[in-house]
Amino acid sequence: MNPATQEVWNEAQKRAVAAAHAERRRVTIDPITRLEGHGKIDILLDGAGDVEHAYLQIPELRGFEVFSLGRPAEDMPQITSRICGVCPTAHHMAATKALDDLYQVEPTPTARKIRELVYNAFVFEDHALHVYILGGPDFIVGPQAPAAERNIVGVIGKVGVEVAKQVIAMRRRVRELISYFGGKVIHPVLGLPGGVAKGLNPADLPKFKQLAKEALDFALFTNQVFHDLVLKNPDYVNLITSDTFTHRTCYMGLVDSANKMNFYDGQIRVVDAKGKEYAKFAAQRYREFVAEHVEPWSYMKFCYIKPLGWQGFTEGPKSSVYAVAPLARLNAADGMATPCAQRACDEFFSTLGGKPVHHTLANHWARVVEIIQAAETMVALLDDPGITGTDIRTIPSKKPTVGVGVVEAPRGTLFHHYETDERGLITKANLIVATQNNAARIAMSVEKAAKGLIKKRNVSEGLLNMVEMAFRAYDPCFGCATHSLPGHLPLRVNIYGEDRRLVRQLVQE
Amino acid sequence: MSKPKIAIYWCASCGGCEEAVVDLAEGILGLVEAVDIVFWPVAMDFKKSDVAALPDKGLAATLLNGAIRTSEQEEMAHLLRRKSQYLIAYGACACSGGIPGLANLYSREQVLRYVYEDAPSVANESKTRPQLEFRDDGQTLELPEIRNVVRSLDQVVDVDYYIPGCPPTPRITQAAIDALLSGKLPAKGSVLAPDLALCSECPRRDTKPADLSFAHFSRPHEIMLDPAKCMLAQGVVCMGPATRAGCEAVCPAGNMPCTGCFGPTSRVRDQGAKMLSSLCANIAAKDDADIDRVLDGIPDPVGTFYRYGLPESLLRRKADLATPAGTSAP
Repeated sequence: MNPATQEVWNEAQKRAVAAAHAERRRVTIDPITRLEGHGKIDILLDGAGDVEHAYLQIPELRGFEVFSLGRPAEDMPQITSRICGVCPTAHHMAATKALDDLYQVEPTPTARKIRELVYNAFVFEDHALHVYILGGPDFIVGPQAPAAERNIVGVIGKVGVEVAKQVIAMRRRVRELISYFGGKVIHPVLGLPGGVAKGLNPADLPKFKQLAKEALDFALFTNQVFHDLVLKNPDYVNLITSDTFTHRTCYMGLVDSANKMNFYDGQIRVVDAKGKEYAKFAAQRYREFVAEHVEPWSYMKFCYIKPLGWQGFTEGPKSSVYAVAPLARLNAADGMATPCAQRACDEFFSTLGGKPVHHTLANHWARVVEIIQAAETMVALLDDPGITGTDIRTIPSKKPTVGVGVVEAPRGTLFHHYETDERGLITKANLIVATQNNAARIAMSVEKAAKGLIKKRNVSEGLLNMVEMAFRAYDPCFGCATHSLPGHLPLRVNIYGEDRRLVRQLVQE
Repeated sequence: MSKPKIAIYWCASCGGCEEAVVDLAEGILGLVEAVDIVFWPVAMDFKKSDVAALPDKGLAATLLNGAIRTSEQEEMAHLLRRKSQYLIAYGACACSGGIPGLANLYSREQVLRYVYEDAPSVANESKTRPQLEFRDDGQTLELPEIRNVVRSLDQVVDVDYYIPGCPPTPRITQAAIDALLSGKLPAKGSVLAPDLALCSECPRRDTKPADLSFAHFSRPHEIMLDPAKCMLAQGVVCMGPATRAGCEAVCPAGNMPCTGCFGPTSRVRDQGAKMLSSLCANIAAKDDADIDRVLDGIPDPVGTFYRYGLPESLLRRKADLATPAGTSAP
């Protein structure tokens, strides 16, 4: 574009914004992009210098539901994957399942196996990213380690260069498996109603079998690393179980017909704060159980269990707040679907005092348990002779109306709901992303961490990291902005005194 | 001699471009050896003020991904432009607006009302909306400012080079970085990918008929896709002929048509118009009713032909965008 046109364009933008300001003193901002570089936390102190309120503000903006209008439904798996380039496969698969439902068509047995293989491979590599690079540094390097070491470089120092290379190579190879079926790993293209676009050539089976076997070895090794570095250290265990990082809320996750944890399919199960089943329902009924609450100070909407009503940011028996993601999935299921993962799960609950576990930081360990199930599932699917079948699609024949698809994204339950005209063009779309389910609990975690750390105007130097840890455990995906590789997240904390003047500002960009 | 300084920054994007850099995998170790990454918010701990403190042109290059939507993104684009010898638009959103650019079909009021009031799972009787400023007992909490339309990077600042793709592939990324480090760069404004149509590197190219003739179009879910035959020969819209090569035809390798994420070649100003004209020229039907029937097979021309490039295209946005009274959105 030539500079003169640019100038005109920029100038027009400025004028439009100024005019909008003049029109309304308080301009509401539209949710059209997803990203803004910061998570912002505002902490308000009372007269004694203790924390009165802490606000975690998320400029999470999704225009996707609106600009999906008019798009052909079959494009949704590729359009919605652009919500998140870190977990595109989760959106892709939820959308694909919504298309099955929309056209009332079952994927063929082989297609289903391929989808599950790709999906478990995705959970595996995404969890591995978090364990070693995003969240892991808190534990592998240590919460008290200097910030400069609490990153991937510090992890390499702790586990050794060879292990680090193994992590990089394992992720690359598992992502190549996803590319094989999906064309590409970031924004794959395999999903169609009734099946997948591409099957598995039997000639390629042996290398993937070998990969799955190595992936399982890697998962068990990761479990061992977690044992040696975290569980053998009583300080870490005390930190995990400390009250600062504990909330008694409900939990949600997908379970199979035996109530075992499943990433790809099943019914949605909700357990209450005592671990008792509160509800179990098919994806199509999600609106009976899930509602979204709006607050004026964040773009993020806050999900709650609808029949319980919005009770505010509270925990305990009255709470309608629920959590999703690894810890929630383990709490919501009656166990894991594979043997090695089940053993790891048993140890998880026996060590942490039985079900349900309310310690947010236990998400890290739960994630390791889940990596094992993902790897074991990959092995089992590749051992299944049906995986190389050639019948990979059922062509839809029914008229589309409404479709709902749900998967367990690495970061929790993900809902896609579409309505179309009879040509299959989108007339309504509703998306509830994983992190949104967790939003209320994350906000509570931030406030609790702040209250635990700030007393009498004394701001602990460890505040930033402890606050970060409180929500990094969720592996939150605030428009991907928090996917900061070495365990850092762009964050600004403002602390205001009782006169509401800025006392202190801590910035980490 | 000190290593060249590089910045990587993101605007309105999904994070896929960041993952694409990480997907250099073992290659990223080589990159870290060759350059100093001085600013990469997603991955490293540096402040905006560190960038501001650099001398102008102090950065050898900035790879910027994402479209431009907020005031902050605009400021960063200007800042990084000033500090960079080369400013490189990395990925489809920065190059041409990307999928978030489809939002230019709707007004922000439509988006707001839907997300906070009309979405089926929202419970919001008081019609609360996020506010630019929220007051709690005298203290104001603020949320960021958002512009009216989505723009590509070069609609805001001058851009030196473009690395296309949604996301760019590791191979394209590596090649661009190598070109940058060796100083063997093409003319300013070039797209750092082959200046050929995707068909040239598609494994199905030999099955593409010399004379295409469309009696009807099929949507991908309606037919069994032949894994070896040209998609257009199967009557499926494939953006290959109007799209730049360089990805090695990964979507056709996944047995799905190209959707055009690499944008057009240098000989094409408007990717969608190019594709539309080449398809329409080859429609077999001759009378209006038959032509309409054939075109029914493409029910969403804008989303099909401009999926990654609406803001940069000749169309840019929908003309009847509703704007608040008293404003004139550009």
